[in-house]
Amino acid sequence: MINIRDRGAELWENWNRPKRTTFVILLLAVIVLLPFAGDYSFSSFLNTPISSYQAVLVYPVGIFVLMSLGLNIVVGKSGLLDLGYVAFFAIGAYTAAILGTKTHLNIWEIMPIGMGLAMLSGVLLGLPTLRLRGDYLAIVTLGFGEIVRIVAVNNRATGGPNGIANVPNPPSIFGVRFALDNMQGFFWIILVMILLVIWMVRRLSIRRPGRAWEAIRQDEDVAMLMGVATLKYKIWSFSIGAAIGGAAGVIFASKSMYVAPDMFTFNISVLILSCVVFGGMGNIWGVVLGGTILAYLPERIRFISNARQLVFGLALVIIMNVRPDGLLPRKKREKLHKTVQPLAVEGEQNV
Amino acid sequence: MRLEIKDLHVFYGKIEAIKGISITVNQGEIVTLIGANGAGKTTMLKTISGLRPVASGQILFDGKDISKVPAHERVGLGISQAPEGRGIFPGMTVLENLEIGKYFRKERKSEMVEDLEKVYSLFPRLKERATQAGGTLSGGEQQMLAIGRALMARPKVLLLDEPSMGLAPMMIANIFRIITEINNTGTTILLVEQNAQQALQRAHRAYVLETGHVVKEAKASDLLNDPAVRAAYLGTGAANH
Ligand SMILES: Nc1ncnc2c1ncn2[C@@H]1O[C@H](COP(=O)(O)OP(=O)(O)OP(=O)(O)O)[C@@H](O)[C@H]1O
Ligand SMILES: [Mg+2]
Repeated sequence: MINIRDRGAELWENWNRPKRTTFVILLLAVIVLLPFAGDYSFSSFLNTPISSYQAVLVYPVGIFVLMSLGLNIVVGKSGLLDLGYVAFFAIGAYTAAILGTKTHLNIWEIMPIGMGLAMLSGVLLGLPTLRLRGDYLAIVTLGFGEIVRIVAVNNRATGGPNGIANVPNPPSIFGVRFALDNMQGFFWIILVMILLVIWMVRRLSIRRPGRAWEAIRQDEDVAMLMGVATLKYKIWSFSIGAAIGGAAGVIFASKSMYVAPDMFTFNISVLILSCVVFGGMGNIWGVVLGGTILAYLPERIRFISNARQLVFGLALVIIMNVRPDGLLPRKKREKLHKTVQPLAVEGEQNV
Repeated sequence: MRLEIKDLHVFYGKIEAIKGISITVNQGEIVTLIGANGAGKTTMLKTISGLRPVASGQILFDGKDISKVPAHERVGLGISQAPEGRGIFPGMTVLENLEIGKYFRKERKSEMVEDLEKVYSLFPRLKERATQAGGTLSGGEQQMLAIGRALMARPKVLLLDEPSMGLAPMMIANIFRIITEINNTGTTILLVEQNAQQALQRAHRAYVLETGHVVKEAKASDLLNDPAVRAAYLGTGAANH
């Protein structure tokens, strides 16, 4: 099996500066123009049959990629299994819905509040649970995801099962309008957010937090022996992931102009986790790819209607069997230790 | 440097693994803890480095009780451990494993280069393997890496948990020679071993542990000649090694 990640990395290494810059600009240009792809015959195959193609690019595609990048920090980088990531998405969305309808704050002003609240809930949830090892975190986060949804169903402030309507669109920035009939605006702003997150994750990865997360993921006890403040870094990872989920929620609410509890089911947590695992846990480009494919494909094949989920699930199972570490796994050497387990009794040949 | 443990009690749930142990490690010494499987040797080291909480008793480091200091801060005090089973980060390269041994020091560049050189001169094999993944090293190389990584922290006292475990006789001799070498440069060592013969030959003093108690404390050379210890821990085969 060829290793796409390593081939890609090799190619990239061999390119000089101008070549790299040109490639990045071209790629970005293509992505920026994606919302118009449906209008031209040579790219119209991208069109989604039932939902509006431009809307699909925003949700699920853009939002899923953004959330996958957020969850990847938690699951992929630090090895913390969060099964209730939807909770932070919901907190961001409801913050936007409540403040957007009850106050005069606009969506850009609400954004930091939504991210802050999601982050705060991440810290509050993480403080007691991240001390524990093993499956506790998975169970507690799973429960948290459901609790947030159930609170939304049973609360007047959140509009109960009917949710909240008339969430405002964001005001224009740099002449870009955000409205139901102008979905590319949302796509572009999400693209900017995705790029910001990628930039941040890449910076953190090569610095102390990234090293700490890596150590924690591989062996938490030994990380502690090396002087890594494991609890602190786990909480950081968890709450940065939460803030990104919250940001996605704010944009989502404002794009849909409507939130309701059934938008925030356990399903979403599982789907986002699938994007991360399918794309390649721990590798940003893999996660972006995974999020894009898993969000876009089901919409593209909607014409087979009922069989859609079945075909989709089957494809997922097959691909995960062929590429168990995801489409673009993290650095190759990571895989070595799984196949080559050095035995305790060894050494004769090494004297 | 002086490490003094007073009447230490440590539990795993309801099971008491350490039942009132007192030991002392003085500057410049190699002190060894020997004892059968399950005696509590690993638990002692884990408690000293903070991975297990103290139920009662004291861990005095230079006279100060550190039993409440969180594990990740103890390496900064000068306590560094090569854990049982080596604890190499399998997905990091040899170099990255060594670098993270200095994590708490906020990566001072010049120090890093200097200490890497020191470790490489002790274990030239590690230099050859610098870019290889830790998980793909042989058992002996992993042990070198574990010790080298612990040294990167410039410890005052080095805790070693069964460095000879699973190694061939030649490699064992090699590792013990290096332990003495490290000690000669001024690093105090607390050594846990099953290989009592080798450990007692290298150490200055020794404690014999049995099910959570210290049953004997003596000069290492005396224990080597103690008939009871010979019978229990140095089987006839080991005696004429
Ligand atoms: N995580 C754990 N949970 C419960 N009991 C434990 C745990 N770790 C160790 N113990 C128990 O504590 C006691 C001491 O174990 P410890 O690992 O300290 O022994 P040891 O002297 O290092 O043995 P060995 O020579 O086999 O490594 C044993 O009875 C063991 O079963
Ligand atoms: Mg042990």
